[in-house]
Amino acid sequence: MFDNLPFFVSTIAKGLLLTVEATLGGIVIATVLSVVAGLAMLSPFVVVRVVARTYVEIWRGTSEVVQLLWIYFVLPILTGFQLVPLWAGITVLGLNFGAYGAEIVRGAVQAVPREQYEGCVALSLSPVQRMRRVILPQAFADMIPPFNNLFIQLLKGSALLTIITVPEITYQAREVLLIRHTDQTVLIFVLVLLFYLALSIVITIGMRLLERKAAARLGRRPAERTAFFAKVGQGSGVA
Amino acid sequence: MNWSWDWNYAWSVLPSLGEGLVVTIQATVFGSLLAYVLGLVFALLRRSRFWLVRTIVWLFIEFVRSTPLLVQLFFLFFVLPDIGIRLSPLLTGVIGLGLHYATYTAEVYRAGIEGVPKGQWEAARALSLPAGRTWTAVILPQAIPRVLPALGNYTISMFKETPLLLTISVLDIVGAAYEVGSSSFRFVEPLTMAGILFLLLSYPSSLFVRWLERRFGIAH
Repeated sequence: MFDNLPFFVSTIAKGLLLTVEATLGGIVIATVLSVVAGLAMLSPFVVVRVVARTYVEIWRGTSEVVQLLWIYFVLPILTGFQLVPLWAGITVLGLNFGAYGAEIVRGAVQAVPREQYEGCVALSLSPVQRMRRVILPQAFADMIPPFNNLFIQLLKGSALLTIITVPEITYQAREVLLIRHTDQTVLIFVLVLLFYLALSIVITIGMRLLERKAAARLGRRPAERTAFFAKVGQGSGVA
Repeated sequence: MNWSWDWNYAWSVLPSLGEGLVVTIQATVFGSLLAYVLGLVFALLRRSRFWLVRTIVWLFIEFVRSTPLLVQLFFLFFVLPDIGIRLSPLLTGVIGLGLHYATYTAEVYRAGIEGVPKGQWEAARALSLPAGRTWTAVILPQAIPRVLPALGNYTISMFKETPLLLTISVLDIVGAAYEVGSSSFRFVEPLTMAGILFLLLSYPSSLFVRWLERRFGIAH
């Protein structure tokens, strides 16, 4: 039963680079969008708030699968511009998870105690200084655990790129291995699941380090944790 | 570009989308029920007296949560028939959704149970209620109402993930839209309508859950 193990592992590993690329690309876009849209939702200008809110509700309110198929099949017809599958996937991951991340950023900024704002006003810091020097560094530390969950969801969401034929990990198993080894489904899929588990753990370790750094910069102690794995954030059950 | 939106075609795909919607709702409702029940079982097992049971359930929960639902669906779809269990694709999908989300609802129940004040346990003890009665008459009736909004959130998430079932040949809203699109080579109208349908259903539901949260919810 395990004769083919090295072959299975090497075939699945061929998709590893694409899964990592899609996940990292998605993380970069999602992070940028989260910060921009999250802060825009707190803007004093109604128009900015409405635009950000519309983006967030549309991308959170529809399914990732619809978004993926839409960008891949519909957008080229409307614009005459076809994204290669990997980029279509990265775009959807970024836009979708950016919408969830925006809520995290908004929540974290709002959770910074009022006294901090008042202190800034008393010191007559400009709004930009206030954000950059005082509010964001504190909010940043609180954002990291929910972003850890979000990035793991994003990693899991990258499996969907199989649908638009990106040959990432899941595609390698489903379209390459399974067709030739129909009697070894258990082994193939257990291997795939272990690959994702390993990647999730890498994300968690990275975020834990970041969390410790951010806490140290603020002179806080890192939060005590009982479990090694990230705890679930409410309503972040996407992908 | 000489493309334009064709209203006649758009209306003509509505019946197929409607059939897909029925499947989506079936998957969401039964998947949620399974997740609610199994999640509670997992939450209780994680409080088991036996170290081994606690550890196995914990590892299972973390494993399922760290890996993609899509791969889990493939796993069930291809592995179950191999071990002699033949289920319809929809039922396989419901089991996949239910199991995956049970690992999330287990956390929700855990938070709800831990939120019940210690005095309630002590009072049950003082009245020498048996363990079963303590749970069914004292702890759970207080814990469950407070976790309902969080459970609702997961149902909405699940609703948005049911289109994954199209990969195991279940024709939900998106599966139906995709099929109509492939047979007529016009994807714009069906896929756009599918997206709008999702938005129309999930946005009001999430407003409702937010309202529930404000009224009954606990921060968890």
